[in-house]
Amino acid sequence: MPTATYAGTAVPVDDEGFFTDPGRWTEPMAEQLAREQGIGELTDRHWTVIRFLRAQYAAQGTGPTVRVLGKTSGVSVKELYQLFPKGPAKTAAKIAGIPKPRGCI
Amino acid sequence: MGKHIVILGGGTAGTMTANRLRRTYDRHECRITVVDQDDDHLYQPGLLFVPFGLAQPHHLVRSRPRQLDAAVDYKQARIERVDLDARVVHLAGGIRLTYDVLVVATGATLLPEETEGLTGPGWGEKVFTFYDLPGAVYLHHALERFDGGRVVIDVADLPVKCPVAPLEFAFLADWYFQRCGIRDKVHLTYVTPLDGAFTKPVAAKALGGLLKDKGVELVTEFTLGEVDGVGGRLVSYDEREVPFDLAVVVPLHGGAEYVGRSEGLGDELGFVPVDPHSLQHPDRPEVFAIGDAAGLSASKAGSVAHFEGEVLVHNIGRFLDGKPLDASFDGHANCFVETGFHKALLIDFNYATEPLPGHFPTAVGLPLLKESHANHLGKLAFEWLYWHSLLPGRGLPGIGSAMPEHGKHHVSD
Ligand SMILES: Cc1cc2nc3c(=O)[nH]c(=O)nc-3n(C[C@H](O)[C@H](O)[C@H](O)COP(=O)(O)OP(=O)(O)OC[C@H]3O[C@@H](n4cnc5c(N)ncnc54)[C@H](O)[C@@H]3O)c2cc1C
Repeated sequence: MPTATYAGTAVPVDDEGFFTDPGRWTEPMAEQLAREQGIGELTDRHWTVIRFLRAQYAAQGTGPTVRVLGKTSGVSVKELYQLFPKGPAKTAAKIAGIPKPRGCI
Repeated sequence: MGKHIVILGGGTAGTMTANRLRRTYDRHECRITVVDQDDDHLYQPGLLFVPFGLAQPHHLVRSRPRQLDAAVDYKQARIERVDLDARVVHLAGGIRLTYDVLVVATGATLLPEETEGLTGPGWGEKVFTFYDLPGAVYLHHALERFDGGRVVIDVADLPVKCPVAPLEFAFLADWYFQRCGIRDKVHLTYVTPLDGAFTKPVAAKALGGLLKDKGVELVTEFTLGEVDGVGGRLVSYDEREVPFDLAVVVPLHGGAEYVGRSEGLGDELGFVPVDPHSLQHPDRPEVFAIGDAAGLSASKAGSVAHFEGEVLVHNIGRFLDGKPLDASFDGHANCFVETGFHKALLIDFNYATEPLPGHFPTAVGLPLLKESHANHLGKLAFEWLYWHSLLPGRGLPGIGSAMPEHGKHHVSD
Protein backbone atom coordinates (compact mmCIF):
# COMPACT_ATOMS: atom_id res chain seq x y z
CA MET A 1 0.00 0.00 0.00
CA PRO A 2 1.40 3.46 -0.88
CA THR A 3 2.33 5.95 1.80
CA ALA A 4 2.56 9.73 1.79
CA THR A 5 4.32 12.07 4.18
CA TYR A 6 2.44 14.89 5.87
CA ALA A 7 3.73 17.10 8.69
CA GLY A 8 6.81 14.88 8.80
CA THR A 9 4.88 11.64 9.33
CA ALA A 10 4.46 8.79 6.82
CA VAL A 11 0.82 7.67 6.55
CA PRO A 12 -0.84 4.93 4.48
CA VAL A 13 -3.02 6.18 1.62
CA ASP A 14 -4.93 4.49 -1.21
CA ASP A 15 -4.10 4.76 -4.94
CA GLU A 16 -5.96 8.05 -5.19
CA GLY A 17 -4.31 9.55 -2.11
CA PHE A 18 -7.16 9.13 0.39
CA PHE A 19 -6.16 8.23 3.96
CA THR A 20 -6.92 4.61 4.74
CA ASP A 21 -6.48 5.10 8.47
CA PRO A 22 -8.19 8.34 9.59
CA GLY A 23 -6.67 7.89 13.07
CA ARG A 24 -3.26 8.86 11.63
CA TRP A 25 -4.47 12.28 10.53
CA THR A 26 -3.59 15.38 12.58
CA GLU A 27 -4.78 18.95 12.08
CA PRO A 28 -1.33 20.28 11.05
CA MET A 29 -1.46 17.94 8.01
CA ALA A 30 -4.52 19.70 6.59
CA GLU A 31 -2.77 22.77 5.13
CA GLN A 32 -0.38 20.66 3.05
CA LEU A 33 -3.20 18.34 1.95
CA ALA A 34 -5.22 21.41 0.93
CA ARG A 35 -2.34 22.86 -1.09
CA GLU A 36 -2.09 19.58 -3.00
CA GLN A 37 -5.73 20.10 -3.92
CA GLY A 38 -5.04 23.64 -5.11
CA ILE A 39 -6.55 25.34 -2.06
CA GLY A 40 -4.24 28.11 -0.85
CA GLU A 41 -5.43 28.76 2.67
CA LEU A 42 -7.93 27.03 4.91
CA THR A 43 -10.52 29.45 6.31
CA ASP A 44 -12.88 28.91 9.24
CA ARG A 45 -15.52 27.80 6.75
CA HIS A 46 -13.19 25.12 5.38
CA TRP A 47 -12.55 23.95 8.93
CA THR A 48 -16.26 23.79 9.66
CA VAL A 49 -16.59 21.31 6.81
CA ILE A 50 -13.44 19.35 7.70
CA ARG A 51 -14.47 18.89 11.34
CA PHE A 52 -18.02 18.01 10.30
CA LEU A 53 -16.68 15.36 7.90
CA ARG A 54 -14.50 13.78 10.55
CA ALA A 55 -17.39 13.63 12.99
CA GLN A 56 -19.63 12.12 10.31
CA TYR A 57 -17.02 9.54 9.44
CA ALA A 58 -16.62 8.59 13.08
CA ALA A 59 -20.39 8.16 13.42
CA GLN A 60 -21.26 6.54 10.07
CA GLY A 61 -18.10 4.91 8.78
CA THR A 62 -18.23 6.83 5.49
CA GLY A 63 -18.07 10.45 4.38
CA PRO A 64 -21.39 11.97 3.26
CA THR A 65 -22.25 12.91 -0.33
CA VAL A 66 -22.30 16.59 -1.34
CA ARG A 67 -26.07 16.64 -1.15
CA VAL A 68 -26.11 15.32 2.40
CA LEU A 69 -23.26 17.68 3.35
CA GLY A 70 -25.31 20.60 2.00
CA LYS A 71 -28.29 19.54 4.09
CA THR A 72 -26.48 18.81 7.33
CA SER A 73 -23.18 20.72 7.65
CA GLY A 74 -24.63 24.23 7.74
CA VAL A 75 -22.69 25.03 4.54
CA SER A 76 -24.81 25.13 1.35
CA VAL A 77 -23.91 23.03 -1.70
CA LYS A 78 -23.10 26.24 -3.59
CA GLU A 79 -20.69 27.41 -0.93
CA LEU A 80 -19.20 23.91 -0.65
CA TYR A 81 -18.24 24.15 -4.32
CA GLN A 82 -16.72 27.59 -3.72
CA LEU A 83 -14.67 26.26 -0.83
CA PHE A 84 -13.65 22.99 -2.50
CA PRO A 85 -13.95 23.68 -6.22
CA LYS A 86 -12.99 20.25 -7.56
CA GLY A 87 -15.86 18.29 -6.04
CA PRO A 88 -16.46 18.97 -2.34
CA ALA A 89 -17.23 15.45 -1.12
CA LYS A 90 -13.99 13.96 -2.44
CA THR A 91 -11.69 16.97 -2.02
CA ALA A 92 -12.81 17.71 1.52
CA ALA A 93 -12.60 14.01 2.44
CA LYS A 94 -9.00 13.96 1.24
CA ILE A 95 -8.08 17.03 3.28
CA ALA A 96 -9.95 15.72 6.33
CA GLY A 97 -7.97 12.48 6.16
CA ILE A 98 -10.91 10.10 5.75
CA PRO A 99 -11.31 7.36 3.13
CA LYS A 100 -12.98 8.06 -0.21
CA PRO A 101 -16.74 8.46 0.31
CA ARG A 102 -18.56 5.35 -0.89
CA GLY A 103 -21.40 7.27 -2.51
CA CYS A 104 -24.35 5.40 -3.87
CA ILE A 105 -25.60 3.60 -6.94
CA MET B 1 -54.98 -12.33 19.47
CA GLY B 2 -53.04 -12.10 16.22
CA LYS B 3 -50.32 -9.61 15.45
CA HIS B 4 -50.84 -6.64 13.18
CA ILE B 5 -48.34 -6.04 10.36
CA VAL B 6 -48.73 -2.63 8.73
CA ILE B 7 -47.11 -2.04 5.36
CA LEU B 8 -46.72 1.58 4.30
CA GLY B 9 -46.90 1.87 0.51
CA GLY B 10 -48.72 -0.35 -1.97
CA GLY B 11 -46.23 -0.10 -4.83
CA THR B 12 -43.87 -2.80 -6.04
CA ALA B 13 -42.27 -3.66 -2.69
CA GLY B 14 -45.30 -3.20 -0.42
CA THR B 15 -47.59 -5.28 -2.63
CA MET B 16 -45.24 -8.22 -3.03
CA THR B 17 -44.37 -8.19 0.67
CA ALA B 18 -48.04 -8.25 1.68
CA ASN B 19 -48.81 -11.14 -0.66
CA ARG B 20 -45.78 -13.13 0.43
CA LEU B 21 -46.62 -12.59 4.12
CA ARG B 22 -50.23 -13.56 3.51
CA ARG B 23 -49.16 -16.86 2.03
CA THR B 24 -46.78 -17.51 4.91
CA TYR B 25 -49.24 -16.83 7.77
CA ASP B 26 -52.91 -17.56 8.08
CA ARG B 27 -55.41 -14.92 9.13
CA HIS B 28 -55.50 -15.95 12.80
CA GLU B 29 -51.78 -15.56 13.17
CA CYS B 30 -51.63 -12.02 11.87
CA ARG B 31 -53.58 -9.26 10.23
CA ILE B 32 -51.91 -7.46 7.33
CA THR B 33 -52.80 -3.91 6.31
CA VAL B 34 -51.38 -2.04 3.32
CA VAL B 35 -51.69 1.75 3.16
CA ASP B 36 -51.35 3.83 0.00
CA GLN B 37 -52.63 7.21 -1.05
CA ASP B 38 -54.25 6.33 -4.39
CA ASP B 39 -55.58 3.50 -6.54
CA ASP B 40 -53.10 3.79 -9.42
CA HIS B 41 -50.43 1.12 -9.39
CA LEU B 42 -48.01 2.19 -12.13
CA TYR B 43 -45.64 -0.20 -13.87
CA GLN B 44 -42.72 2.23 -13.63
CA PRO B 45 -40.30 0.43 -15.98
CA GLY B 46 -42.87 1.18 -18.72
CA LEU B 47 -42.23 4.93 -18.31
CA LEU B 48 -39.07 4.56 -20.37
CA PHE B 49 -41.09 3.56 -23.44
CA VAL B 50 -43.85 6.21 -23.25
CA PRO B 51 -41.83 9.13 -24.69
CA PHE B 52 -41.02 7.08 -27.80
CA GLY B 53 -44.61 5.98 -28.35
CA LEU B 54 -43.66 2.39 -27.51
CA ALA B 55 -46.06 2.11 -24.55
CA GLN B 56 -49.57 3.42 -23.99
CA PRO B 57 -49.88 5.26 -20.68
CA HIS B 58 -53.22 3.70 -19.68
CA HIS B 59 -51.82 0.19 -20.18
CA LEU B 60 -49.26 0.81 -17.44
CA VAL B 61 -51.70 1.53 -14.62
CA ARG B 62 -53.81 -0.97 -12.66
CA SER B 63 -55.83 -0.92 -9.45
CA ARG B 64 -53.70 -1.22 -6.29
CA PRO B 65 -55.96 -3.36 -4.07
CA ARG B 66 -56.58 -5.75 -6.96
CA GLN B 67 -52.90 -6.71 -6.89
CA LEU B 68 -53.34 -7.71 -3.23
CA ASP B 69 -54.49 -11.05 -1.86
CA ALA B 70 -58.15 -10.79 -0.86
CA ALA B 71 -57.19 -11.45 2.75
CA VAL B 72 -54.98 -8.35 2.96
CA ASP B 73 -56.67 -5.16 4.20
CA TYR B 74 -56.18 -2.14 1.98
CA LYS B 75 -56.49 1.37 3.37
CA GLN B 76 -56.43 4.25 0.94
CA ALA B 77 -55.20 7.31 2.80
CA ARG B 78 -52.26 9.66 2.93
CA ILE B 79 -49.67 8.77 5.57
CA GLU B 80 -48.95 11.83 7.71
CA ARG B 81 -46.55 10.62 10.36
CA VAL B 82 -45.29 7.58 12.26
CA ASP B 83 -44.98 7.75 16.04
CA LEU B 84 -42.29 5.15 16.69
CA ASP B 85 -42.59 5.28 20.48
CA ALA B 86 -46.35 4.69 20.45
CA ARG B 87 -46.18 2.32 17.44
CA VAL B 88 -48.91 4.29 15.72
CA VAL B 89 -49.22 5.45 12.10
CA HIS B 90 -51.20 8.65 11.64
CA LEU B 91 -53.16 8.86 8.41
CA ALA B 92 -55.02 11.79 6.85
CA GLY B 93 -58.50 12.28 8.25
CA GLY B 94 -57.40 11.51 11.80
CA ILE B 95 -57.16 7.74 11.24
CA ARG B 96 -54.68 5.89 13.46
CA LEU B 97 -53.22 2.45 12.92
CA THR B 98 -51.31 0.61 15.62
CA TYR B 99 -48.79 -2.02 14.61
CA ASP B 100 -46.67 -4.85 15.95
CA VAL B 101 -44.46 -4.82 12.87
CA LEU B 102 -44.06 -1.89 10.49
CA VAL B 103 -42.74 -2.26 6.94
CA VAL B 104 -41.78 0.99 5.23
CA ALA B 105 -42.25 0.61 1.47
CA THR B 106 -43.15 4.13 0.43
CA GLY B 107 -40.49 4.29 -2.26
CA ALA B 108 -38.65 7.37 -3.46
CA THR B 109 -40.14 10.78 -4.25
CA LEU B 110 -39.03 13.06 -7.08
CA LEU B 111 -37.84 16.47 -5.88
CA PRO B 112 -37.53 18.62 -9.02
CA GLU B 113 -38.18 21.81 -7.06
CA GLU B 114 -34.93 21.27 -5.11
CA THR B 115 -32.85 22.14 -8.18
CA GLU B 116 -32.71 25.85 -8.98
CA GLY B 117 -34.68 26.69 -12.12
CA LEU B 118 -35.67 23.12 -12.96
CA THR B 119 -39.41 23.72 -12.52
CA GLY B 120 -39.10 27.37 -13.64
CA PRO B 121 -39.65 28.77 -17.16
CA GLY B 122 -39.29 26.05 -19.79
CA TRP B 123 -40.46 23.18 -17.53
CA GLY B 124 -42.86 21.13 -19.62
CA GLU B 125 -41.81 23.01 -22.78
CA LYS B 126 -38.07 22.42 -23.20
CA VAL B 127 -37.26 20.73 -19.92
CA PHE B 128 -38.81 17.37 -19.07
CA THR B 129 -38.55 14.26 -17.00
CA PHE B 130 -39.84 10.80 -17.89
CA TYR B 131 -39.71 9.58 -14.28
CA ASP B 132 -43.43 10.13 -13.70
CA LEU B 133 -46.39 9.46 -15.96
CA PRO B 134 -47.45 13.06 -16.76
CA GLY B 135 -43.80 13.92 -17.48
CA ALA B 136 -43.37 10.94 -19.81
CA VAL B 137 -46.54 11.91 -21.72
CA TYR B 138 -45.47 15.57 -22.12
CA LEU B 139 -42.10 14.39 -23.35
CA HIS B 140 -43.78 12.13 -25.89
CA HIS B 141 -45.60 15.12 -27.35
CA ALA B 142 -42.42 17.18 -27.34
CA LEU B 143 -40.47 14.47 -29.17
CA GLU B 144 -43.19 14.26 -31.81
CA ARG B 145 -42.75 17.98 -32.48
CA PHE B 146 -38.95 17.94 -32.30
CA ASP B 147 -37.17 18.45 -35.61
CA GLY B 148 -33.54 18.73 -34.60
CA GLY B 149 -31.10 20.34 -32.17
CA ARG B 150 -29.32 19.49 -28.93
CA VAL B 151 -30.97 16.84 -26.74
CA VAL B 152 -29.42 16.46 -23.32
CA ILE B 153 -30.14 13.63 -20.87
CA ASP B 154 -29.07 14.58 -17.35
CA VAL B 155 -29.05 12.82 -13.99
CA ALA B 156 -29.17 15.60 -11.37
CA ASP B 157 -27.51 13.62 -8.57
CA LEU B 158 -27.66 10.20 -6.96
CA PRO B 159 -29.41 8.22 -5.67
CA VAL B 160 -31.99 7.70 -8.42
CA LYS B 161 -34.37 4.84 -9.16
CA CYS B 162 -33.14 2.40 -11.75
CA PRO B 163 -29.81 4.10 -12.50
CA VAL B 164 -29.67 2.46 -15.93
CA ALA B 165 -32.99 4.00 -17.11
CA PRO B 166 -31.44 7.34 -18.18
CA LEU B 167 -28.80 5.46 -20.20
CA GLU B 168 -31.53 3.40 -21.80
CA PHE B 169 -33.28 6.65 -22.67
CA ALA B 170 -30.14 7.82 -24.49
CA PHE B 171 -29.86 4.54 -26.43
CA LEU B 172 -33.54 4.62 -27.40
CA ALA B 173 -33.31 8.30 -28.38
CA ASP B 174 -30.56 7.39 -30.87
CA TRP B 175 -32.81 4.66 -32.30
CA TYR B 176 -35.88 6.92 -32.31
CA PHE B 177 -34.24 9.80 -34.17
CA GLN B 178 -32.76 7.39 -36.72
CA ARG B 179 -36.19 5.92 -37.30
CA CYS B 180 -37.59 9.46 -37.76
CA GLY B 181 -34.83 10.14 -40.26
CA ILE B 182 -33.42 13.14 -38.37
CA ARG B 183 -30.54 11.56 -36.44
CA ASP B 184 -28.04 13.75 -38.38
CA LYS B 185 -29.83 16.86 -37.09
CA VAL B 186 -29.77 15.77 -33.44
CA HIS B 187 -26.81 16.12 -31.10
CA LEU B 188 -27.23 13.73 -28.15
CA THR B 189 -25.41 14.33 -24.87
CA TYR B 190 -25.50 12.20 -21.70
CA VAL B 191 -24.63 14.14 -18.55
CA THR B 192 -23.90 12.38 -15.26
CA PRO B 193 -22.54 13.22 -11.79
CA LEU B 194 -20.53 9.97 -11.93
CA ASP B 195 -17.01 9.73 -13.31
CA GLY B 196 -18.19 7.31 -16.02
CA ALA B 197 -21.35 6.02 -17.67
CA PHE B 198 -22.11 3.82 -14.64
CA THR B 199 -20.94 3.33 -11.07
CA LYS B 200 -19.02 0.09 -11.39
CA PRO B 201 -15.91 0.01 -13.62
CA VAL B 202 -16.53 -3.00 -15.91
CA ALA B 203 -20.12 -1.98 -16.68
CA ALA B 204 -19.11 1.69 -16.97
CA LYS B 205 -16.67 0.71 -19.70
CA ALA B 206 -19.19 -1.43 -21.60
CA LEU B 207 -22.01 1.11 -21.34
CA GLY B 208 -19.67 4.04 -22.08
CA GLY B 209 -18.55 2.14 -25.19
CA LEU B 210 -22.15 1.77 -26.32
CA LEU B 211 -22.76 5.52 -25.89
CA LYS B 212 -19.73 6.17 -28.07
CA ASP B 213 -20.84 3.69 -30.74
CA LYS B 214 -24.19 5.42 -30.89
CA GLY B 215 -22.63 8.87 -31.18
CA VAL B 216 -23.80 10.08 -27.78
CA GLU B 217 -21.44 12.57 -26.15
CA LEU B 218 -20.65 11.75 -22.50
CA VAL B 219 -20.15 14.53 -19.91
CA THR B 220 -19.05 13.25 -16.50
CA GLU B 221 -18.70 14.57 -12.92
CA PHE B 222 -21.41 17.12 -13.62
CA THR B 223 -23.59 17.76 -10.57
CA LEU B 224 -26.58 19.80 -11.65
CA GLY B 225 -26.70 23.17 -9.86
CA GLU B 226 -29.11 25.14 -12.02
CA VAL B 227 -31.35 24.82 -15.07
CA ASP B 228 -31.76 27.87 -17.28
CA GLY B 229 -34.86 26.92 -19.26
CA VAL B 230 -35.05 30.20 -21.19
CA GLY B 231 -31.39 30.27 -22.19
CA GLY B 232 -31.26 26.48 -22.71
CA ARG B 233 -28.35 25.75 -20.37
CA LEU B 234 -27.61 23.22 -17.67
CA VAL B 235 -25.14 24.66 -15.18
CA SER B 236 -23.16 22.50 -12.77
CA TYR B 237 -22.18 23.52 -9.25
CA ASP B 238 -18.61 23.96 -10.47
CA GLU B 239 -19.94 26.30 -13.16
CA ARG B 240 -19.61 24.21 -16.28
CA GLU B 241 -22.39 24.55 -18.84
CA VAL B 242 -24.13 22.20 -21.24
CA PRO B 243 -26.40 23.85 -23.82
CA PHE B 244 -29.69 22.25 -24.89
CA ASP B 245 -32.77 22.66 -27.04
CA LEU B 246 -34.51 19.86 -25.18
CA ALA B 247 -33.43 18.62 -21.76
CA VAL B 248 -34.51 15.36 -20.15
CA VAL B 249 -33.63 15.58 -16.48
CA VAL B 250 -33.86 12.91 -13.81
CA PRO B 251 -34.56 15.06 -10.74
CA LEU B 252 -33.18 14.61 -7.24
CA HIS B 253 -34.79 11.81 -5.25
CA GLY B 254 -35.66 11.68 -1.56
CA GLY B 255 -37.73 9.46 0.67
CA ALA B 256 -41.47 10.05 1.15
CA GLU B 257 -42.16 13.36 2.82
CA TYR B 258 -43.79 11.94 5.97
CA VAL B 259 -40.52 10.17 6.84
CA GLY B 260 -38.99 13.55 7.67
CA ARG B 261 -41.93 14.27 10.00
CA SER B 262 -41.53 10.95 11.81
CA GLU B 263 -38.85 11.42 14.43
CA GLY B 264 -36.15 8.78 14.42
CA LEU B 265 -37.36 7.02 11.28
CA GLY B 266 -35.27 8.34 8.37
CA ASP B 267 -31.94 9.82 7.36
CA GLU B 268 -31.12 13.29 5.97
CA LEU B 269 -32.69 12.48 2.61
CA GLY B 270 -35.78 10.79 4.06
CA PHE B 271 -34.66 7.23 3.35
CA VAL B 272 -34.89 4.66 6.13
CA PRO B 273 -31.42 3.49 7.19
CA VAL B 274 -31.91 -0.24 7.77
CA ASP B 275 -29.29 -2.94 8.17
CA PRO B 276 -28.09 -3.81 4.64
CA HIS B 277 -28.45 -7.56 5.25
CA SER B 278 -31.39 -7.99 7.67
CA LEU B 279 -33.38 -4.89 6.48
CA GLN B 280 -34.19 -4.10 10.13
CA HIS B 281 -34.10 -0.59 11.60
CA PRO B 282 -31.05 -0.17 13.87
CA ASP B 283 -33.00 1.44 16.74
CA ARG B 284 -36.44 -0.11 16.28
CA PRO B 285 -36.40 -3.89 15.90
CA GLU B 286 -40.09 -3.94 14.90
CA VAL B 287 -39.46 -1.61 11.93
CA PHE B 288 -38.21 -2.82 8.54
CA ALA B 289 -37.78 -1.10 5.17
CA ILE B 290 -37.77 -2.53 1.67
CA GLY B 291 -37.45 -1.23 -1.88
CA ASP B 292 -36.63 2.34 -2.83
CA ALA B 293 -37.54 3.61 0.67
CA ALA B 294 -34.57 1.81 2.22
CA GLY B 295 -31.37 3.81 2.67
CA LEU B 296 -29.09 1.13 1.26
CA SER B 297 -26.24 1.13 -1.21
CA ALA B 298 -28.19 -1.39 -3.32
CA SER B 299 -29.78 -0.12 -6.56
CA LYS B 300 -33.28 1.28 -6.31
CA ALA B 301 -34.97 -1.21 -8.62
CA GLY B 302 -37.97 -3.49 -8.67
CA SER B 303 -35.73 -6.53 -9.04
CA VAL B 304 -33.90 -5.53 -5.86
CA ALA B 305 -37.20 -5.22 -3.99
CA HIS B 306 -38.05 -8.70 -5.22
CA PHE B 307 -34.80 -10.22 -3.94
CA GLU B 308 -35.16 -8.33 -0.64
CA GLY B 309 -38.71 -9.62 -0.23
CA GLU B 310 -37.69 -13.20 0.39
CA VAL B 311 -35.27 -12.11 3.15
CA LEU B 312 -37.71 -9.64 4.68
CA VAL B 313 -40.61 -12.08 5.02
CA HIS B 314 -38.38 -14.66 6.63
CA ASN B 315 -36.92 -12.12 9.07
CA ILE B 316 -40.33 -10.76 10.07
CA GLY B 317 -41.30 -14.32 10.97
CA ARG B 318 -38.16 -14.73 13.06
CA PHE B 319 -38.82 -11.41 14.77
CA LEU B 320 -42.41 -12.36 15.64
CA ASP B 321 -41.15 -15.66 17.05
CA GLY B 322 -38.62 -13.79 19.19
CA LYS B 323 -35.72 -15.46 17.40
CA PRO B 324 -32.56 -13.84 16.02
CA LEU B 325 -32.86 -12.73 12.38
CA ASP B 326 -30.91 -15.11 10.19
CA ALA B 327 -31.79 -14.23 6.60
CA SER B 328 -29.30 -12.04 4.85
CA PHE B 329 -29.73 -9.89 1.73
CA ASP B 330 -26.63 -9.72 -0.46
CA GLY B 331 -27.51 -6.59 -2.48
CA HIS B 332 -28.53 -8.62 -5.53
CA ALA B 333 -29.75 -6.54 -8.49
CA ASN B 334 -30.62 -7.69 -11.98
CA CYS B 335 -31.48 -5.22 -14.74
CA PHE B 336 -32.20 -5.51 -18.43
CA VAL B 337 -30.76 -2.48 -20.20
CA GLU B 338 -32.68 -1.63 -23.37
CA THR B 339 -30.19 -0.52 -26.03
CA GLY B 340 -32.46 0.14 -29.02
CA PHE B 341 -32.96 -1.73 -32.30
CA HIS B 342 -34.74 -4.58 -30.45
CA LYS B 343 -31.72 -5.41 -28.39
CA ALA B 344 -30.91 -5.23 -24.70
CA LEU B 345 -28.13 -6.25 -22.39
CA LEU B 346 -28.40 -7.72 -18.93
CA ILE B 347 -26.46 -6.81 -15.79
CA ASP B 348 -26.45 -8.82 -12.57
CA PHE B 349 -24.57 -7.76 -9.44
CA ASN B 350 -24.63 -7.39 -5.65
CA TYR B 351 -22.97 -5.43 -2.82
CA ALA B 352 -19.65 -7.21 -3.36
CA THR B 353 -19.56 -8.19 -7.05
CA GLU B 354 -19.79 -5.62 -9.81
CA PRO B 355 -21.66 -6.40 -13.05
CA LEU B 356 -19.50 -8.87 -14.99
CA PRO B 357 -19.67 -10.48 -18.42
CA GLY B 358 -20.71 -14.12 -18.78
CA HIS B 359 -24.13 -15.74 -18.77
CA PHE B 360 -27.15 -15.63 -16.43
CA PRO B 361 -28.14 -17.45 -14.29
CA THR B 362 -25.77 -20.21 -15.44
CA ALA B 363 -23.27 -20.72 -18.25
CA VAL B 364 -26.09 -21.55 -20.70
CA GLY B 365 -28.34 -18.62 -19.79
CA LEU B 366 -28.76 -15.12 -21.16
CA PRO B 367 -25.61 -13.22 -22.13
CA LEU B 368 -24.42 -10.69 -19.52
CA LEU B 369 -23.11 -7.21 -20.36
CA LYS B 370 -23.60 -7.91 -24.04
CA GLU B 371 -26.33 -6.78 -26.43
CA SER B 372 -28.70 -9.45 -27.68
CA HIS B 373 -32.22 -9.87 -28.99
CA ALA B 374 -32.90 -12.48 -26.28
CA ASN B 375 -32.30 -9.88 -23.60
CA HIS B 376 -34.71 -7.50 -25.33
CA LEU B 377 -37.35 -10.23 -25.17
CA GLY B 378 -36.43 -10.65 -21.50
CA LYS B 379 -37.07 -6.96 -20.91
CA LEU B 380 -40.48 -7.20 -22.58
CA ALA B 381 -41.35 -10.36 -20.65
CA PHE B 382 -40.54 -8.52 -17.42
CA GLU B 383 -43.82 -6.60 -17.68
CA TRP B 384 -45.90 -9.77 -17.66
CA LEU B 385 -43.78 -11.25 -14.87
CA TYR B 386 -44.22 -8.04 -12.88
CA TRP B 387 -48.02 -8.31 -12.68
CA HIS B 388 -48.27 -12.10 -12.57
CA SER B 389 -45.22 -13.26 -10.69
CA LEU B 390 -43.40 -10.44 -8.85
CA LEU B 391 -46.41 -8.66 -7.34
CA PRO B 392 -48.15 -11.89 -6.26
CA GLY B 393 -44.88 -12.58 -4.43
CA ARG B 394 -43.93 -15.72 -6.31
CA GLY B 395 -40.35 -16.47 -7.24
CA LEU B 396 -38.89 -16.07 -10.70
CA PRO B 397 -38.26 -19.45 -12.31
CA GLY B 398 -34.73 -20.57 -11.55
CA ILE B 399 -33.66 -17.34 -9.84
CA GLY B 400 -33.24 -17.06 -6.07
CA SER B 401 -32.53 -14.09 -3.85
CA ALA B 402 -28.76 -14.60 -3.72
CA MET B 403 -26.73 -13.53 -6.75
CA PRO B 404 -25.59 -16.51 -8.85
CA GLU B 405 -21.79 -16.69 -9.22
CA HIS B 406 -21.97 -19.48 -11.75
CA GLY B 407 -21.64 -18.24 -15.32
CA LYS B 408 -19.80 -15.01 -14.51
CA HIS B 409 -16.34 -14.27 -15.87
CA HIS B 410 -14.13 -12.27 -13.58
CA VAL B 411 -12.12 -9.68 -15.48
CA SER B 412 -9.39 -7.27 -14.57
CA ASP B 413 -9.92 -3.97 -16.33
C1 LIG C 1 -38.33 5.24 -15.55
C2 LIG C 1 -38.14 4.09 -14.65
C3 LIG C 1 -37.71 2.86 -15.14
C4 LIG C 1 -37.52 1.77 -14.32
N1 LIG C 1 -37.11 0.59 -14.86
C5 LIG C 1 -36.92 -0.50 -14.05
C6 LIG C 1 -36.54 -1.76 -14.60
O1 LIG C 1 -36.38 -1.92 -15.81
N2 LIG C 1 -36.35 -2.80 -13.75
C7 LIG C 1 -36.53 -2.68 -12.40
O2 LIG C 1 -36.33 -3.65 -11.68
N3 LIG C 1 -36.89 -1.48 -11.85
C8 LIG C 1 -37.10 -0.40 -12.64
N4 LIG C 1 -37.49 0.81 -12.10
C9 LIG C 1 -37.53 0.96 -10.64
C10 LIG C 1 -38.77 0.38 -9.99
O3 LIG C 1 -39.92 0.84 -10.61
C11 LIG C 1 -38.76 0.79 -8.52
O4 LIG C 1 -37.52 0.49 -7.96
C12 LIG C 1 -39.84 0.07 -7.74
O5 LIG C 1 -41.10 0.40 -8.23
C13 LIG C 1 -39.72 0.39 -6.27
O6 LIG C 1 -40.79 -0.13 -5.55
P1 LIG C 1 -41.20 0.51 -4.16
O7 LIG C 1 -42.34 -0.30 -3.69
O8 LIG C 1 -40.02 0.66 -3.29
O9 LIG C 1 -41.70 1.98 -4.52
P2 LIG C 1 -42.99 2.37 -5.36
O10 LIG C 1 -43.39 1.27 -6.27
O11 LIG C 1 -42.71 3.70 -5.96
O12 LIG C 1 -44.16 2.50 -4.27
C14 LIG C 1 -44.18 3.47 -3.26
C15 LIG C 1 -45.61 3.70 -2.89
O13 LIG C 1 -45.71 4.49 -1.70
C16 LIG C 1 -46.83 5.35 -1.82
N5 LIG C 1 -46.65 6.51 -0.93
C17 LIG C 1 -45.59 7.35 -0.86
N6 LIG C 1 -45.80 8.29 0.09
C18 LIG C 1 -47.03 8.05 0.61
C19 LIG C 1 -47.81 8.69 1.62
N7 LIG C 1 -47.39 9.77 2.28
N8 LIG C 1 -49.03 8.17 1.90
C20 LIG C 1 -49.49 7.06 1.26
N9 LIG C 1 -48.79 6.41 0.31
C21 LIG C 1 -47.57 6.91 -0.01
C22 LIG C 1 -46.85 5.74 -3.29
O14 LIG C 1 -48.13 6.14 -3.70
C23 LIG C 1 -46.39 4.46 -3.97
O15 LIG C 1 -47.45 3.66 -4.40
C24 LIG C 1 -37.73 1.91 -12.92
C25 LIG C 1 -38.17 3.13 -12.40
C26 LIG C 1 -38.38 4.22 -13.24
C27 LIG C 1 -38.85 5.52 -12.66
